[in-house]
Amino acid sequence: STHNIHTNTPKTMMQHQHQHHAGHPNYESQLKPGEVGTGTTIMAIPFDGGVVLGADSRVSTGVYVANRVCDKIAQLHDNIWCLRSGSASDCQALTDYVKHYLSQHAIDVGRPPMVKTAAYLMKRLVYENKDKLLAGVIVGGWDPVEKGSVYNVPLGGACLKMPVAIGGSGSPFIYGLVDSEMAKGPKDKAEALALVKKAVSHAMSRDGSSGGIIRTVVVTSTGNEYEYTSGSDLPYGP
Amino acid sequence: QQSIKHNKQYKMASSGSGYDLNPSTFSPDGRIFQVEYASKAVDNAGTALGIQCSDGIVVCVEKPKPTAISKMLVQHSMTSKRVHPVSQHCGLAFTGLASDARQLVNRAKEEAANYKDTYGSEIPPKILADRMSAYVHYFTLHGSLRPFGATTLIAGYDVDLKEHALYMVEPSGVAYQYHGCAAGKGRQSCKTELEKVLLSSQTSLESTTVSVTSQEAVKQLARMIQLLQEDSNNKDVELEMGWVCAESGWNFARVGTTIVDEALVWAKADIEAAEEEDDDEDDENDMEE
Repeated sequence: STHNIHTNTPKTMMQHQHQHHAGHPNYESQLKPGEVGTGTTIMAIPFDGGVVLGADSRVSTGVYVANRVCDKIAQLHDNIWCLRSGSASDCQALTDYVKHYLSQHAIDVGRPPMVKTAAYLMKRLVYENKDKLLAGVIVGGWDPVEKGSVYNVPLGGACLKMPVAIGGSGSPFIYGLVDSEMAKGPKDKAEALALVKKAVSHAMSRDGSSGGIIRTVVVTSTGNEYEYTSGSDLPYGP
Repeated sequence: QQSIKHNKQYKMASSGSGYDLNPSTFSPDGRIFQVEYASKAVDNAGTALGIQCSDGIVVCVEKPKPTAISKMLVQHSMTSKRVHPVSQHCGLAFTGLASDARQLVNRAKEEAANYKDTYGSEIPPKILADRMSAYVHYFTLHGSLRPFGATTLIAGYDVDLKEHALYMVEPSGVAYQYHGCAAGKGRQSCKTELEKVLLSSQTSLESTTVSVTSQEAVKQLARMIQLLQEDSNNKDVELEMGWVCAESGWNFARVGTTIVDEALVWAKADIEAAEEEDDDEDDENDMEE
């Protein structure tokens, strides 16, 4: 069964309301002093045949860039990946738990688990421990039932299946860009990959907590293509 | 002394004396008598049947008419049902000790709800069968507990794989997947009848073209139960059926009483017609001499 620390109390709900500013979480004040945060830009788009996931690579403690080439993409199962934002430690702990439960579940059902299942497990953990965690996660991947799909699991522990998901401190800056690009129509693999690189580049140029290189994974039924785009090759920026 | 007296009631080949007091004891020849006795409780109860059709699963249980037990019992009450849905796409039919089986039904409902909460999907019948067999098995190795005296038939539909499946969990805790299965009093003759129905237009049970449809199966199962009644001359029996099939929108549902009654009418007529044919054949044979 899932790791359950405390259920949400009225007191903690009030604290959350106080800390949120204009609907966007204030990452800097919610991290504990000295805690490593992944002020981040993460993005995932499903396309016909799979999913593209992308993330920047900056990890900051205050104004110090602790790691400029961090890997924020974690593998939950063969064809299921997740993107991390918020507290680095919280995200790593969540990823480890979900990986563990998912691998056991795959043995139980005797077939590759669904992205939906991974997203639900993630959601359950985030929601049940919402007062202790600061983690915004995007789960994406390919499974034989739903094909390519993407789920956004933001701070409070909602689980939202979406045609495109963005997250992290850099995401507010690119909502307009992503919306207008997506309105142009459905994407194929190349277009989705190009859009992820473009949008994340734009966010990296405007968000101080995002930067470095862009790491991408293209997940299809046949496998995963894991690459990075170096800072000099970014489509936009600095 | 108590166990010797107990064993004299059974015409069993080997005596359980001393090794049958609780399930945590093996006999010298490797048997757990309490589990076998639990199966006996099922063997003496009403017949339960299940069949895998081309377009779904149908399960059926015969039970004594409430009026045969007491005139004060309410007919068709939920409390006397032997077929229960446990999740949207899975259901249980049971036979044996009804009170034991009720607990199994409750457990199955919990497992299904818990699975949905954790994994976000409806529980696949295979997983439900695994969970139920583990639960039943647990009661076969404690000194302070006794095994369940009930067998459950699990009929379910896996929404993600889009496959229907039938499982049977016995008091020992084994659970197998079946094309057709039977438990209870009439299981021997029903197993033969089930094979006849399933093999009626295919060479082997493993062939992919199962010909029997759910609609047809309802009638066939009614016929099998009716045959048992004719053999035993027991008229105080009624049928309960459940199915998960294309017809029911792949939700597990109890088969409506109208459909069951029509199936029984058909079954009686079919049996009579078959008997007349046999009589005609006998007459022909006599005339030849």
